Amino acid sequence: MTQFFQQWMPYEWAWGLATLCGILLIAFPLMLAVAMIIYVDRKIWAAMALRRGPNVVGPLGLLQSFADGLKVMLQETIIPSSTSKALFLLAPIVTFTVALMAWAVIPFNGGAILADINVGLLYVLAVSSLGVYGTIVAGWSSNSKYPFFSAIRASAQMISYEVSIGFILICVVLWAGTFNMNGIVLAQKSHVWLLNGFVFNPLLFPMWVMFLISGMAETQRAPFDLTEAESELVAGYQTEYSSMAFALYWLGEYANVLLMCALNAVLFWGGYLPPLDIPALYLVPGWIWLFAKIFLFFFIFSWVKATVPRYRYDQLMRLGWKVFLPVSLLFVVLVSGWLMYTGHFA
Amino acid sequence: MIQLLAFYLFAALTLAAGALTILSRNPVHSVLWLIVAFFNAAGLMVLVGAEFIAMLLVIVYVGAVAVLFLFVVMMLNIDFAALRAGFIKNFPLGILLAAVLLAEVLMGVGVVQGGALQLGTPDGSAPVPAGAQNIEAIGAVLYGKYLFLFEVAGVILLVAMIGAIVLTHRERKGVRGQNIARQVARRPDEATVNMQPDVGKGVSL
Repeated sequence: MTQFFQQWMPYEWAWGLATLCGILLIAFPLMLAVAMIIYVDRKIWAAMALRRGPNVVGPLGLLQSFADGLKVMLQETIIPSSTSKALFLLAPIVTFTVALMAWAVIPFNGGAILADINVGLLYVLAVSSLGVYGTIVAGWSSNSKYPFFSAIRASAQMISYEVSIGFILICVVLWAGTFNMNGIVLAQKSHVWLLNGFVFNPLLFPMWVMFLISGMAETQRAPFDLTEAESELVAGYQTEYSSMAFALYWLGEYANVLLMCALNAVLFWGGYLPPLDIPALYLVPGWIWLFAKIFLFFFIFSWVKATVPRYRYDQLMRLGWKVFLPVSLLFVVLVSGWLMYTGHFA
Repeated sequence: MIQLLAFYLFAALTLAAGALTILSRNPVHSVLWLIVAFFNAAGLMVLVGAEFIAMLLVIVYVGAVAVLFLFVVMMLNIDFAALRAGFIKNFPLGILLAAVLLAEVLMGVGVVQGGALQLGTPDGSAPVPAGAQNIEAIGAVLYGKYLFLFEVAGVILLVAMIGAIVLTHRERKGVRGQNIARQVARRPDEATVNMQPDVGKGVSL
């Protein structure tokens, strides 16, 4: 895109404009996708509970999310008097911004990636570790009991699961030999015979299962949504929020869930590659494969949310530290041992 | 041009955030400013071409260490008046520490100015070895040249970790812990009883 703009302007301006266009090209469709995926989530959830779900606004209720957005925008923003005002307003902005930032390194197709940097996966880890501040700062600045409990829970939970996610990603990186997201996708091409994707590898399949579960814990989705457990904490860290600030949390949460689904697709299921390494399947554009995979994982997320009861906090911590951490550590040893034995690094 | 602007932006924000870290009256605000400082320092690292270090700085310091700081500072019930009471007493020690740190920074700058170390160049472009990526270059140095020192550092950290666990762990008597395996293995028929008591009669289990 930079070359396209260079016809009319010097390189620096063309680069800046191209980057800006790239950001808008990702951010706007993502916002639309988030609005629609909230509708999809509610529909799936309703179907599993034998309800109809949203079906009033627009055909089949398709415009429900936009109606909700409009309603929230027209509401009055209430800032409780005992809050720390600047931080109270900053917290939802942080959550939302961070949820969008990580999409910069997700490859949508062969060359369609905003920032093709060689530390792409580390960038995702760095940005996703920032997300916890939106929750902590919200809980603290609300100056209220339940948001504060929620913030403490969120920080402990996210730190615990980031550790095992880190070890899982090390296994992937060892096999791919690169931190570059595009490189990781290409390394999965015909990984096991004709199958594209690390998930078909017996050594990495358990890693994917753990990554999926850790992703649910990291995005604080059910069954790990202890930060907003309504029976204990009212609405958790969002209790004091209203209007657009509340909507930003809502959007940021779903953008994060979509990001986790995209990471599942990119790191383990071959990203924009078709599932089978057959020339005919490459006729379908890569981004369609990626979106289909993201949608599949989102369905799994919704399915789990609709069917699995919430964990107790001690069970959550036990799963993270006593199950996932030792198992992922064992698999780092297994994977690197196997790769050394087969001469992968030679 | 862009690099120069970015450098001054990051540098100014780092300095301002650092100053606000020590000037803030509220410890939670201090930690948050510290996070801003870490983040901008990571931006400076990217500018000199050390993107791996920059990412590690964000992951380790912003993502883990600062969260724990915030955790502790938020949980503690800090008395601000008591904190300020020791100001005069600790002032000489603080000045001494500041002088030592300033001397270290000046020596570091002096070494770079003298040309002993090849760091970044003033215009922001760094001497990147041809064909070598950040991660590969660091890996080759850490796991090749300094392997022994690196492993010793790892062992020291391991000992520190075990030491911290041993020191803080205490065995408490008379606590009913949970046996997760037993909880999972429990079946409905051993946990529930179906009864049809007569009207007006109680149930004895």
